Amino acid sequence: MKCSEFLHELTNYLDGVIDEHTKVELENHLSWCHNCYVVCDTTKKTIEIYRDSQLYELPEDLRTRLRSAIMTKCQQHRKRGPESV
Amino acid sequence: METIQNKLEGPVTDELTLVRAAKQGDDAAFEELVRRYDRNVFRIAQHITQNREDAEDVVQEAFLKAYGNLQKFQEQSKFYTWLVRIAVNEALMKLRRKKPERTVSLDEDIKTEDDSLPREIADWSPNPEQQYTQAELREILSKTIQGLPPGFRTVFVLRDVEGLSTEETAAALELSVPAVKSRLLRARLQLRERLGRYFQKRESGDGNQ
Repeated sequence: MKCSEFLHELTNYLDGVIDEHTKVELENHLSWCHNCYVVCDTTKKTIEIYRDSQLYELPEDLRTRLRSAIMTKCQQHRKRGPESV
Repeated sequence: METIQNKLEGPVTDELTLVRAAKQGDDAAFEELVRRYDRNVFRIAQHITQNREDAEDVVQEAFLKAYGNLQKFQEQSKFYTWLVRIAVNEALMKLRRKKPERTVSLDEDIKTEDDSLPREIADWSPNPEQQYTQAELREILSKTIQGLPPGFRTVFVLRDVEGLSTEETAAALELSVPAVKSRLLRARLQLRERLGRYFQKRESGDGNQ
């Protein structure tokens, strides 16, 4: 397996949606190709860091304000009829 | 919330039950749907618009549109996927209004097959995120993802941050599954490369290892 083929399968490999035969080939490639090993490992870390980052959390006070605004507008919409959205 | 729980017995009511109650005019059921997904919609919207006020608007507009069009929701997909689709469209519209000179589309072409193949292969420190404070790390992550084209960062956020499946992401963005996979790979590789500037293993002992 060439590095370009490895990269092509990287997303399927990281997502665990890959057949057993291709997985064995990929892991064999990883065992000797340091560059691909690093790319694979740091891509995995990239995903984990973003997933765990709690970036753009909605503060509780803003959340309450938004929900109340949404529900008020929904009620106005109901009174006015469906054309208003 | 109390109303719903009393009415529907049990702390966790499934999505479809809430949607059907909301369709029948039960606003408390719709409010529960808002509670359930407002954080996700806000996160997605801010990732796309990169602006907090726009994200707030998108949250309101998306839920209001969902409310107004609830009767048209066919129940063939999850309500959440349908809501995400509305929210993504609202967020992209905001972006287009702000940056009319730039193409803002999920269909933008991928320039070349090799445009995001790794150039930097240097390894990272073992726990790179621990080199920074929480605030610094958020700043780095936010700046880094802003550099991606909207179509790439939207796919990355839905798949990797919000945890939608490839199929759900494709449905929410009206893209094909191969298009989602291709954008996801490029988004992941580009983010990896950009983050490498902050997380690379330092050659000299500087106390970070």
